[in-house]
Amino acid sequence: MAEREVINLTAVKRDPTFGDRLIPAAGQQLSTCIQCGTCTASCPSAAAMDITPRKMWRMVQLGLVDEVLHSKSMWLCSICYQCQARCPSGIPLTETIAKLKQLAIQQQVKEWRTSTTFYLAFSSVMRRYGRMREMEFMAQYFLSNNPLDALGYAGMGWTMLRRGKLRPELPKLTGPGRLDKLFDRVAELEGKR
Amino acid sequence: MKYLYYPGCSMEATALEYKSSMYAALEALGAEVEELEDWTCCGASVAPVMSDLLGQALPARNLALAEKLDGNRQIVVGCSACFTSFQRTIAAAKDRAVLARINQALEVENLTYQGKVQVRHLLDVLITDFGPQKIAAQVKKPLDGLTVAPYYGCQTVRPYGTFDDPQYPTSMARVLEALGAKVHHHLREAACCGTALLTTKPDVGLISVGQILDVAQPADCIATVCPMCHMNLDSYQDKASKAMGKKLSIPVLFLPQLLGLAFGLPAGELMFKRHVVPVEPVLARLNVA
Repeated sequence: MAEREVINLTAVKRDPTFGDRLIPAAGQQLSTCIQCGTCTASCPSAAAMDITPRKMWRMVQLGLVDEVLHSKSMWLCSICYQCQARCPSGIPLTETIAKLKQLAIQQQVKEWRTSTTFYLAFSSVMRRYGRMREMEFMAQYFLSNNPLDALGYAGMGWTMLRRGKLRPELPKLTGPGRLDKLFDRVAELEGKR
Repeated sequence: MKYLYYPGCSMEATALEYKSSMYAALEALGAEVEELEDWTCCGASVAPVMSDLLGQALPARNLALAEKLDGNRQIVVGCSACFTSFQRTIAAAKDRAVLARINQALEVENLTYQGKVQVRHLLDVLITDFGPQKIAAQVKKPLDGLTVAPYYGCQTVRPYGTFDDPQYPTSMARVLEALGAKVHHHLREAACCGTALLTTKPDVGLISVGQILDVAQPADCIATVCPMCHMNLDSYQDKASKAMGKKLSIPVLFLPQLLGLAFGLPAGELMFKRHVVPVEPVLARLNVA
């Protein structure tokens, strides 16, 4: 068995408001987490995480912001809602993970770039065209990570092109984007401009 | 019955066969379906990660378009991720402060969302509005001798799919039985397909796909009701075989394609040639040319 990691709570920086800042809707409190571990037992990705879901929520309760935001765990969430559906305390865990990702992207956490660039590339294509364009999205994603990774998908991409599942479309990189106005308005309302 | 239809990005591109077969099947059942004009992306699981308000404003834009057209007509969606985006927004907008803020954002699109229009998943429409009897009544070529493994995925039934059990759903099995197919039940019917992990963390995602394919293998094919699930299960079988260390191969069909086969609809509308894993073994078993 691996040696148990001990976190000295008096020696680390903590933010007791962390949990409150994350919870998406009023009246739902992470503090009601009873550490039963149903979330970890239900998570299809738990085995690959550096911090299991149960432990991560405890760390959130304790306000260990840096440790949680720099962990790989949130990026392994496939949004299957199993933990949320089964949580005996009724905490919207899956939707709270979206908030963790928000904070990690805002704080430009560097460790998990392959995941954060996925969100940023998707968002930029959505903003420009109003609808997803898979080929442009994947091109942007691979170019902002390791372009050589794309080679691993070349065979599959070729098959999908031949079957007509992927449509090559010329990118439209100038002029206003289809959802620029809405994106800008949202940013303005959230005080990000 | 009349519905507004929100295709979403995938059903216009990678999953065009889902859209085409859904239209054909619903029409055969006597439904009138009209596509929502000027729709835009629901934001998927990405917009809520960019910001709370963006995650609500993008789905709400489409809900507002539907309400402007006809507030009484329900929206039907085939994509479980779109379904979840809409339901998440509908739930959040019950808070009047949230609704007001969404509408402040929608001002730039000259739209107002009232929180009235209802959104239904295709599977819900099939099992609730039509049901096994009406579906069976349209069957011209029963799927005799075909064994199908239902695969619901996550977001079809969790957390907003109140039409079925979130852990052990049965609605697809009841539709398949109405078509004359034999149902192969397995332990991963509502397990996760790995979603975007197939791209960002393939070592983890491929195991999710491989485990589903593995338990579904005794069937002739898998039936899905989500473009994302279909993409992952159909396109990654070679990679999943390598990850699992065993050969995994099984055709993956969209549920309305199976409805189409049983209703005797033209193969052209069901678009089987678009699949990565060939569907021919399924067609051969049913003696369809």
